[in-house]
Amino acid sequence: MLLEIRNLHVSVEGKPILRGIDLAVDAGEVHAIMGPNGSGKSTLANVLAGREGYEVTEGEVLYKGRNLLEMAPEERAREGVFLAFQYPVEIPGVSNVYLLKAAVNAVRKHRGLPELDAMDFLKLVKEKIRLVRMDEQFLYRSVNEGFSGGEKKRNEVLQMTVLEPTLAILDETDSGLDIDALRIVSEGVNSLRSPERAFLVVTHYQRLLDYIVPDKVHVLAGGRIVRSGDRTLALELEKRGYGWVLEEAGLGAGAGPAA
Amino acid sequence: MSSRSQQNIDALLKRRYEAGFVTEVEEETVPPGLNEDIIRLISAKKEEPEFLLEWRLKAYRHWLTMREPRWAHVRYEPIDYQAIRYYAAPKQKERPKSLEEVDPKLLETYEKLGIPLREQERLAGVAVDAVFDSVSVATTFKEKLAEHGVIFCSFSEAVREHPDLVEKYLGSVVPYTDNFFAALNSAVFSDGSFVYVPPGVRCPMELSTYFRINAANTGQFERTLIVADEGSYVSYLEGCTAPMRDENQLHAAVVELVALKGAEIKYSTVQNWYPGDEEGRGGIYNFVTKRGLCAEDAKISWTQVETGSAITWKYPSVILEGDNSVGEFYSVALTNNRQQADTGTKMVHIGKNTRSTIISKGISAGRGQNAYRGLVRVAKSAEGARNYTQCDSLLIGDRCGAHTFPYIEVRNRTAQVEHEATTSKISEDQLFYLMQRGLSAEDAVSMIVNGFCKEVFKELPMEFAVEAQKLLGVSLEGAVG
Repeated sequence: MLLEIRNLHVSVEGKPILRGIDLAVDAGEVHAIMGPNGSGKSTLANVLAGREGYEVTEGEVLYKGRNLLEMAPEERAREGVFLAFQYPVEIPGVSNVYLLKAAVNAVRKHRGLPELDAMDFLKLVKEKIRLVRMDEQFLYRSVNEGFSGGEKKRNEVLQMTVLEPTLAILDETDSGLDIDALRIVSEGVNSLRSPERAFLVVTHYQRLLDYIVPDKVHVLAGGRIVRSGDRTLALELEKRGYGWVLEEAGLGAGAGPAA
Repeated sequence: MSSRSQQNIDALLKRRYEAGFVTEVEEETVPPGLNEDIIRLISAKKEEPEFLLEWRLKAYRHWLTMREPRWAHVRYEPIDYQAIRYYAAPKQKERPKSLEEVDPKLLETYEKLGIPLREQERLAGVAVDAVFDSVSVATTFKEKLAEHGVIFCSFSEAVREHPDLVEKYLGSVVPYTDNFFAALNSAVFSDGSFVYVPPGVRCPMELSTYFRINAANTGQFERTLIVADEGSYVSYLEGCTAPMRDENQLHAAVVELVALKGAEIKYSTVQNWYPGDEEGRGGIYNFVTKRGLCAEDAKISWTQVETGSAITWKYPSVILEGDNSVGEFYSVALTNNRQQADTGTKMVHIGKNTRSTIISKGISAGRGQNAYRGLVRVAKSAEGARNYTQCDSLLIGDRCGAHTFPYIEVRNRTAQVEHEATTSKISEDQLFYLMQRGLSAEDAVSMIVNGFCKEVFKELPMEFAVEAQKLLGVSLEGAVG
């Protein structure tokens, strides 16, 4: 098993957000995490990536059989955990290409590979940038500075295709995308699907799952996974909303703490 | 900012100062204290002509009537000017005629600092003047420069070999009456560089001076004069380091630039004087007057990267006297631990259609205090003058300070003056974003800081931009990839 989450409880500022998550993701799989606002979806994504401010009060997370929660964020990244951010930050004065090269070489160094020189690196990036249909000029702009919402998300996908992670977590990558951008982002993700790689796709809407077809769909509500199923579950949610799932789980519509 | 990022950042801020060693070399010094006899002694040691001694004495007498300025946003104990030694020079039998005659220990010192003086080891495009305490120990590529008529030598040598040029231009931009530290410097200045570029000549290589303070309890009073004759061009860089010592040392320099009609001078500084320790013990007091004078169509561009010194007090300025002349000031000033900086520029618009640009980037970390102080003055005569000022501050942690003191005086209605200022902090979101891409915390901080400084670094000559980036990384205890 690539990722195993066992009875994970997480609090933010003393307030419990995740209340016992169990989830197993195998290499090659795509899991969608759905759920109403405030159900804890983004918390789960951030805890896995190692963001500060989240207190794990119970449970464990194994990644490639290792205790993921003990690893520093940069070590997780170098071991192949990638988070496509819901709100990518701007870093003025640092070009995309400069960040990408530093990131690729940090990962390569960690794996005992020689660092790529500027020429080899550019060749690699220019191949990848076509996948997300961005202009090469994009590489020389400052990271996310002045980017539109869609450009920021495409940039996340570009970074992902260059870094080729083992576990990619997409945190509402579809939010704020028009249909063309959604298609481009999805193509980028699909091009990376492989037997060695798993995806955790956090989304509010089923729309994204028309393009990135999941193996499993989980509904997160009130800090727990209240229902799991195959992709038909997503279609049903699209049709009927979350209310019925929450009621069956005894939560009632709109229940659960805010994340 | 949560505790772990704070710890990360704190760890980064514990800087290594790599230039902090002392060279064991026998030095010839004068007794501490300042009086007319000391000035006569310094002048005699340098075999100076009468006019210069007279000038020094006039400056000294004027200095006695002045009071140390206290308006800067810096705090320090009063300086005892009688406790300072005003001259120290490594002992040498004779003035060395070539590098072979220079004490190997001195050559070694510069090699350790990454400045090999043997020409074949140098970057081919850079000539170096190496100043050790009060004297210049070597100047490289002099012959090659001479072929183009460019004079590049120590100030002392210029006094001996080109007294007419020195007499003509010394004090022409910064008179000895200018301010307290300039008056002191004029009285006791020891060495520095002299550059003269003849009309129409584009100096074939970068010129640079490397200042090293070595002796204890000694002040360094650098004097540099650069004259670019009509239509010429020169790019000059200075670097500075000093050993780590518990007591403060004074570096009071004066730099004068003269850009005659249509000439261009690009002056870059990478200042890495010893900044003192974490508690603020020791470090250099860097009290410097730098000013340039532009004739018609001339251009002077100051670029500075200030990472060292316990206290920095410096305002490289341009007097835009000639019509259509251009002044630029690009600055990165970093204060960490207990460092204090009060730095900026003065752009004085006198000629018509004069233009100036000011880009200042202040970075404060630890308990550092960083002030930008700038004056844009547009005289009545400066029809059509334009200034653009951008002044950004970056805070790392919550115990440091950033301050901005812009002064704008406009006496001509056609002038256009723009001022923009921002203050920001390195956010936890930025750090996490970069760490999620595999960068260590220290690389992440370095990357953000270097990005912040990019507009200034791109003004530095290539080799030095790389050096400056590295220095900034080391100053924040982290290498830049």
